[in-house]
Amino acid sequence: MIAEFGAFALALALALSLLQTALSTAARVRRSPVLAGAGQGASLAAAGAIALAFAALIFAFVVSDFSVSNVAANSHTDKPMLYKVAGAWGSHEGSLLLWCLVLTVFGGALARARGLPFGLKASAVAVQGALGSLFLAFAVFTSSPFTRLDPAPFQGASLNPLLQDPALAVHPPLLYAGYVGFSVCFSLAVAALIEGRAQTAFWPAWGRWVRPWALASWALLTVGITLGSFWAYYELGWGGWWFWDPVENASFMPWLAGAALLHSAVVTERRGALAGWTVFLALLAFTFSMLGAFLVRSGVLTSVHAFAVDPQRGMMLLAILGIASGAAFVLFAWRAPQLKGGGLFAPVSREGALVLNNLFLTAAAATVLLGTLYPLILEAASGATISVGPPYFAATFTPLMMVAFVILPAGPLLAWKRGDLRGAMQRLAVAAGLSILAALAAYALWEPRNAFAAAGIGMGAWLIAGSLAEVAERARLFRASGAEVMRRLKGLPLGAWGMTLAHLGLGVFILGAVVETGFKVEAARALTIGQSVSAGPWTVTLDEVRVVEGPNYLAEQGRLTVRPSNDRGRAETITSERRFFPAGGQTTTEVGLDFRGLDDVYVVIGERAGSPAEPAWVVRLYWNPWARLIFLGPTIMALGGLLSLLDRRLRVGVGSRRRKTA
Amino acid sequence: MRRLLTLMAAPLLAVMLTAAEPPAALDRPLTDAGQEARAQALFKDVRCVVCQHEAIADSPAGVAGDMRRLIREEIASGATDQQVRDDLVRRFGDYVLFTPPVRAGTWLLWFGPFALVALAALILVLRSRRRAVETTPLSPEEEARLDEVLRNEKLRRDPDATSPHDGR
Repeated sequence: MIAEFGAFALALALALSLLQTALSTAARVRRSPVLAGAGQGASLAAAGAIALAFAALIFAFVVSDFSVSNVAANSHTDKPMLYKVAGAWGSHEGSLLLWCLVLTVFGGALARARGLPFGLKASAVAVQGALGSLFLAFAVFTSSPFTRLDPAPFQGASLNPLLQDPALAVHPPLLYAGYVGFSVCFSLAVAALIEGRAQTAFWPAWGRWVRPWALASWALLTVGITLGSFWAYYELGWGGWWFWDPVENASFMPWLAGAALLHSAVVTERRGALAGWTVFLALLAFTFSMLGAFLVRSGVLTSVHAFAVDPQRGMMLLAILGIASGAAFVLFAWRAPQLKGGGLFAPVSREGALVLNNLFLTAAAATVLLGTLYPLILEAASGATISVGPPYFAATFTPLMMVAFVILPAGPLLAWKRGDLRGAMQRLAVAAGLSILAALAAYALWEPRNAFAAAGIGMGAWLIAGSLAEVAERARLFRASGAEVMRRLKGLPLGAWGMTLAHLGLGVFILGAVVETGFKVEAARALTIGQSVSAGPWTVTLDEVRVVEGPNYLAEQGRLTVRPSNDRGRAETITSERRFFPAGGQTTTEVGLDFRGLDDVYVVIGERAGSPAEPAWVVRLYWNPWARLIFLGPTIMALGGLLSLLDRRLRVGVGSRRRKTA
Repeated sequence: MRRLLTLMAAPLLAVMLTAAEPPAALDRPLTDAGQEARAQALFKDVRCVVCQHEAIADSPAGVAGDMRRLIREEIASGATDQQVRDDLVRRFGDYVLFTPPVRAGTWLLWFGPFALVALAALILVLRSRRRAVETTPLSPEEEARLDEVLRNEKLRRDPDATSPHDGR
């Protein structure tokens, strides 16, 4: 019964989304507030209906209703409750429902947004409704998770054990919130193309409206990607955290476009310039999201993360992408020449720096796009098969980003319209000196010598010191009295702190990534009980191996002691497991992680080796220096985005109220 | 019931854990540290041909272990990195290397990103030349008017107001 209810709610949501589109369009054409209100109501109702459908699916998973084929394929009675619930978004159908849920909830939030002008809002709600209709139609007609099985099996096939992990249980909702959040930017951009007028106060206001949505989506996507990366790091058991896998790339492209959008929207908001470009990026970010959905779900890519789905559904997704983005970009091509936003600026200015930022971020996104799609295109065109992996991105993406990072700290120190480059450089002299010193010190002191890593450490230090220099500059640190500095620090808007944190987080991430990549040490040995293996400054001893029983798996659990090789410092005991899941017949590894300051000691127990009389286990040990920073950095970045989001200026209506009192 | 399952499965477990798929034979690092480092570097660039998108350095598959052994053997017998790569490409095709070959068909892939940046930079330079920004300094009357506005708004005029922030 619950599955039929869910299917009904899903179909209802499609009907409501169609209604939302029709009502909002009619409202815009007739300029009728009543119709607009009805359209917004339909939007909220659609979100409610999808929420009910999703709740029904989760319920079916919680009670293990195996008469629902999706539950039978992805759940099992022995699975812990968290993974029963998470199983609801562990498959193509379920995750598509989650996608639709996020899309309509963001649509509902857009419908409730205050302060937008009538025409813009009605158009945006109509576009959001149209996007919702496309994806809901896809869900209803090709990918309903509520199909029944007859006869129902007694037991389900269980979720892929690799996905049975807390980080991966919450990773998709966050990732999708980010991915799909960009749909609101997309809708606002299309609405602006319909409504926008040249040379008016419209564009700064539009920049302010679009920025909170972009910030929220980007911050959520940052957290989502970081969680996914952390999962890969400790669940796949090979110590890697970014593989330039096509599916990782698919999530990275909207992130890069979103980051460019955030920066370009600032220029549009403050100076009314780059209006056309900001609109383009808003369209691009969600286009990349949809492209990602196509790549992951169509089966055209081979990836660890891809949903195995038939090509026919992939073609439908490609059609959705073509219709939505195609229409938007045609509209853009038609209207863009009329979008002269004004706001002239000199090449050396804050705007100029942000244009450079956009140039590099967009080029980086294009590189990732090229690297992801090129093998497909080349194979289709000439039949030649190539692989594009980490070495390609190290040779293209990394140098582009490095140039962008060199410029980055100067941007916030330049004035709008016309900046003082020499002044900015003088203010960054200390930061530059410190980072060069850091690079030299790293080169001289860190064994083995690694010039690339040393340069990378200098770059990380440059971003961190540069961000702090900017705050110091704003607070007149060392130049004004203590009280004045405090007053200025308190007076800094949250947006400024957000920017500083985000840039600082980037520096922290680069430090972690560079040091981990450049200096990690690994070792592997077959150990009998009591034997040890060493890597870097750490020695790991295998103390005991026993069979343990989990809720839905059996495991060989190794207990190991991690101690410094020179015996100065405490010893820690960790466990690592090799789990066997009888339901699907798969094995997974549970990594033993010993957090030592910023470093990770990463231990994986492997297959049994040696003779039955004297059993041994292959133990792989990694010393990953500064690995903590790889995941801390993006967290700081997301926090920066969140802080910016809380800035009063972005809360619609506050600015106008202040203007009245002034 | 579950306990019973465990009891039944426990002896099977060891077999299952090893027999679920052919496991990689234990890696035997080369004795020469320099050679081993070269091998490790190569592993990161070689794709495990049966895996999804994994380098043989990161893959638990049996084939990846075989490929690692093969590469170590070749290095030990004195092959250069390039010879090892050529040999792999001869056996498995371009697909086996994560570094795509540079040839006519992949120029766009390799040089596209840089061409894009160069092109965009060129456009920006041309555009900034076409419309140089005209900002004439304030006339004395305008200066006086600015001072008056600032006084009325009870704002200080900051002589070194090079700060880009608009004071909000």
